Amino acid sequence: MDLFKIIDQLAEVDADVLGRFDSRRAIFGSLGTAAKRSALAATPLFLGALFQKAYAGTTGTTATAVEVLQYALALELFEQDFYKKVQASALYTAASSTDKAAIDQIKKHEDSHVTLLQGAIRGMSATPVSGVTFRSTVFASLVTFKTGTAATSQLGIAQLLEDTGVRAYKGRAGELLGTDLLTVALQIHSVEARHAAKIRVMRGQLAWVNPADDLASHPVYTSGVTTGSNPGQFGLVVPAYTTASPTENNTTQSAVPITTGLGTTYTASDAAAAFDEYLQVAEVLDNSRAGSLIGA
Amino acid sequence: MSQHSQVGGKDELITVQPLYTPIKRRSFFMYAGATAGATALVLAGCSKDDTNNNTPTTGTVSLGSGDVGVLNYAYALEQLEAAFYAQVVKTPASDFQSTELAYFTQVAAHEAIHRDFFKAAINRDAPGKAIPGLTPNFSSINFSSRASVLGTAKAFEDLGVAAYNGAGKLIKTAAYLVIAGQIVSVEARHAAYVRDLLDSTGKSFAGDDQVDPTTGLDKAMAPTDVIAVAQTYVMEKLDASNVGK
Repeated sequence: MDLFKIIDQLAEVDADVLGRFDSRRAIFGSLGTAAKRSALAATPLFLGALFQKAYAGTTGTTATAVEVLQYALALELFEQDFYKKVQASALYTAASSTDKAAIDQIKKHEDSHVTLLQGAIRGMSATPVSGVTFRSTVFASLVTFKTGTAATSQLGIAQLLEDTGVRAYKGRAGELLGTDLLTVALQIHSVEARHAAKIRVMRGQLAWVNPADDLASHPVYTSGVTTGSNPGQFGLVVPAYTTASPTENNTTQSAVPITTGLGTTYTASDAAAAFDEYLQVAEVLDNSRAGSLIGA
Repeated sequence: MSQHSQVGGKDELITVQPLYTPIKRRSFFMYAGATAGATALVLAGCSKDDTNNNTPTTGTVSLGSGDVGVLNYAYALEQLEAAFYAQVVKTPASDFQSTELAYFTQVAAHEAIHRDFFKAAINRDAPGKAIPGLTPNFSSINFSSRASVLGTAKAFEDLGVAAYNGAGKLIKTAAYLVIAGQIVSVEARHAAYVRDLLDSTGKSFAGDDQVDPTTGLDKAMAPTDVIAVAQTYVMEKLDASNVGK
């Protein structure tokens, strides 16, 4: 784990962060030899301790931050387990070398995100959620690698997971407003979007969510709580849900009708594709989306 | 950013003050629920601030401070991207492959929408504060060459992603943060797509040069660092020193 890089990135967007870490020199000076420093920097626990130090007492956001991180970790564990199952499958073995390389790259990132989030949560004196897996019976029903519908192909499901992840991170960004953790969340969020784009292209779809997608009608791209769920599982704290989020084919942003309200006329397809949409926790964990795919 | 009271002097502080008003998340969702009657999200209180401090007098364009600064920063970058793709579509490279012009036509529309949206949002929420239309300088780009166009597109998209990622925490108003989040993931999709066009390994869409292979984190850059790179492509001198402050 390149802790120094993380701190540098945090410092780039917030000069205060180094102050909240006491001071860069004091921290690293206290770590002793370079070897010891390197060993510590590779420890998620150490990273977490730094986060805890950085956020202790900052306007009471720590509890909220832990809830958001646990949610993010649950989704990352879920994705990690899915790609682990893909890599162990015969369909993956038979895939092209570049397709396998893409899956490997994505899996590598999910592994990193899990490690990063676990470290941050531990450092904030909480126990990371665990045991969030992709349901084996559903995985066994995936009989193709990338051709066919979402219901029967590994990459069809991968697209749904990645696009859901992009919506899910967006849905909680507001709770991290003004914090350095927001930056980290955004840095994960855009990687999920890159993953989604790649999976889509591998499936012969456009890289961006649009009304002509073969999966456009799937609940992942709509909104609302429809078929029930168990959102409190794994001890996740679910914020109150009152109103359905915008659907992905939404063409009104911030009360501005994008197709007709900007002086130039844009198509509904371009207007929808130009903005991704968020989902709330209850919607993400609804059985019409991730809810029915999470399990033993 | 630790010294809000020192930034921009008294007048600026008063101007920006309404932007600091937090919106409760739940109430934002109500607004954002695409309700037909929903009115402008925020900042009605800003409508009387007509003073425009951003008119270039010596060829320098100040992006401004606070949330308006962040919005102008995004507006500047989207102007740049939109102008670039408009030219790509207008004079397509002779060696574009079959579907590339069609894709870039869509990307051009996305970026034009982002540009026009920011202009509209700033004019509504902070009248008089929007930066002017910028003059692109694309003299270093060979639009007749696929390699030059794709290389530039990749650089612009990756820069855009890093810019939004770095600016997120400077935003004080939840509604604006959500909008930024809605746009940055589209930019990341563009970036991954363009990278994939240039790739033979299968990994470049989120390559180790862009996504840290150890942390799994994309890049985040501060406004002044982003503008230092973007400046090459804009005739006016851009000042991002107070963005978000």
